[in-house]
Amino acid sequence: MSKRRPYVRPMEGWWKKNPYFVEYMIHESTALFVAGYAFVLLVGLVRLGQGEAAWNGWLEALSSPFSLIIHLLFLVAILYHTYTWFKIMPITMPPIIVGGKKVGPGVITGSGLLAALGASLVMFALVFWLGG
Amino acid sequence: MKPGLKRSNAPIFWSLFGAGGMLSALFGPALVFITGIAVPFGFILPADAMSYPKMLAFAQNFIGKGFILAVIALFLWFAAHRIFHSLHEVGIHAGVGAKLICYGSAFVATVISVVVLLGLGF
Repeated sequence: MSKRRPYVRPMEGWWKKNPYFVEYMIHESTALFVAGYAFVLLVGLVRLGQGEAAWNGWLEALSSPFSLIIHLLFLVAILYHTYTWFKIMPITMPPIIVGGKKVGPGVITGSGLLAALGASLVMFALVFWLGG
Repeated sequence: MKPGLKRSNAPIFWSLFGAGGMLSALFGPALVFITGIAVPFGFILPADAMSYPKMLAFAQNFIGKGFILAVIALFLWFAAHRIFHSLHEVGIHAGVGAKLICYGSAFVATVISVVVLLGLGF
């Protein structure tokens, strides 16, 4: 083994120097919150499979102040994920041609956000009428 | 395809990422609000909407099963892919170990969800 220690440019905090990369790191890190929420649901599903007492224990944990804070964090982070997902969509998806013209980025982002709003309203209505 | 060229498995992971990203973008915020805030605290929505009989019926319903599995599994496949590819950005060399942890946990969670959902019956 040689004793040479080649220079490796440090990577620490490289993204902090440019607002574009700061935003990139924030929207990438929303994945941690999506994963966190999915794990909460996975625990809930396992508890449901264990019977009524286990399920009620999970429900009780959900109504704790700690759980409320965690879910408010999930809500903010995942809302930001929704916004950035559709904001980036015009770049990540293949171009759509309608009537010989390329559909503009604003239309794609706007349709995505509208679809998310529609999906949310449908879920609220279902829980309201079927869950009441 | 030329002989000796290995077909990449990237499109599989990318599809799961895309599906999970889309599903969480469409349903994520409202789901968090419903299951984590509104129902547990009886705020706006009925407080017994997630009672044991109702959730059991939902999880035994064919559509309900599919929705639960899609949400848990695809959310995690999306997050696993995005976290795995962000490791490089924070200076962590993403090797086989990191790949196993990221995609492996999504895989294990998927298997657990399928087993529990099948165990709950139809």
